[in-house]
Amino acid sequence: MMKIISEWIIPILVLVIPFYGIIKNVKVYEGFVDGAKEGISVVIKIFPALVAMLVAIGVLRASGALDLLGKFLMPFTNKIGMPQELVPLALIRPLSGSGALGIATEIIKTHGADSLIGKMASAMYGSTETTFYVLAVYYGAVGIKKMRHSVISGIFADIIAILSCVFYSRLFF
Amino acid sequence: MINYIWFFMIAIGVLVGIINGRMAEVSKAIIDSAQTAVAISIGLVGVMSLWLGIMKIADKLGLTDIIAKLLKPTIIRLFPDVPKDHPAISAMIMNISANMLGLGNAATPFGIKAMEYLQELNKKDSASNAMCRFLVINTASIQLIPAVMIGIRASLGAKNPADFVIVSVLSTSTALVAGLILNKYLEKMPIFKE
Repeated sequence: MMKIISEWIIPILVLVIPFYGIIKNVKVYEGFVDGAKEGISVVIKIFPALVAMLVAIGVLRASGALDLLGKFLMPFTNKIGMPQELVPLALIRPLSGSGALGIATEIIKTHGADSLIGKMASAMYGSTETTFYVLAVYYGAVGIKKMRHSVISGIFADIIAILSCVFYSRLFF
Repeated sequence: MINYIWFFMIAIGVLVGIINGRMAEVSKAIIDSAQTAVAISIGLVGVMSLWLGIMKIADKLGLTDIIAKLLKPTIIRLFPDVPKDHPAISAMIMNISANMLGLGNAATPFGIKAMEYLQELNKKDSASNAMCRFLVINTASIQLIPAVMIGIRASLGAKNPADFVIVSVLSTSTALVAGLILNKYLEKMPIFKE
């Protein structure tokens, strides 16, 4: 079931949306081309952060520092069933979106996109938000000084997201 | 914050490299990583263009409005302290819908607008219960199509670049429910008084 959904989702989307467009008399080809030209600018925006983070994590990995961190946290990561390779990603995710993307990318590249660790890293990146950034931007915009219980609730949600991600990955992958 | 993290990642890395005598590997990793970023980005351009093209068609079809309509009853129920026809409700719905479609850039302006409307009801410099609830939803926002990650995976040769989406949607949903439950519990506690 899971396999079918994940194999079909992209072709279905690419079929259904233009199909619905044709019925509604929308210029689907021109619309597509118009949207697609923004693809490059999105990547250009991501690119510098990707270089910064790939280099930083590359240094940590090549020097052996990442192995040390993993060994140090092993008792804890073993307990929750999380591969120690994902520790840096889990730590950065609530702090920086582009940073987390860079680290997830490096993990996927090192361990393979179809490995358990690679898939888990992808899901982990996709399943939590940059909590501190969201709080800072939204409260900052309206001049709220006391954030009350939202900080704890947000961080709690991040922790649950990471734990669930480990749990569901082991279940489905 | 991120400035210190980035610096310390490199500083610790180089330091450990010196101690372990692995400077040759470190040096190679720095150059290789920078080049890897280019290769990944080129792969990503194709997938992002494809997705943004499809989303443009969806946009012309009013897909965000359709999702917004589906979300409305739930949002009204989640925010009993905000009047049903207050503009804050529709701004929050648009923000959440845009987030679900992975349109982060479109979501932020709606989110800020929603906060401004919620502030009209609040009028203090301490967050209202509704604001805290809205931000918990935002920090655990469900993303149905995480286009960037699908693109990265495709660019790194995944057999099925979208196969992680089910797990990430399930995890976020679990986190969202957990966050909202804790939030509801905490908002009544005296130490978090408005």
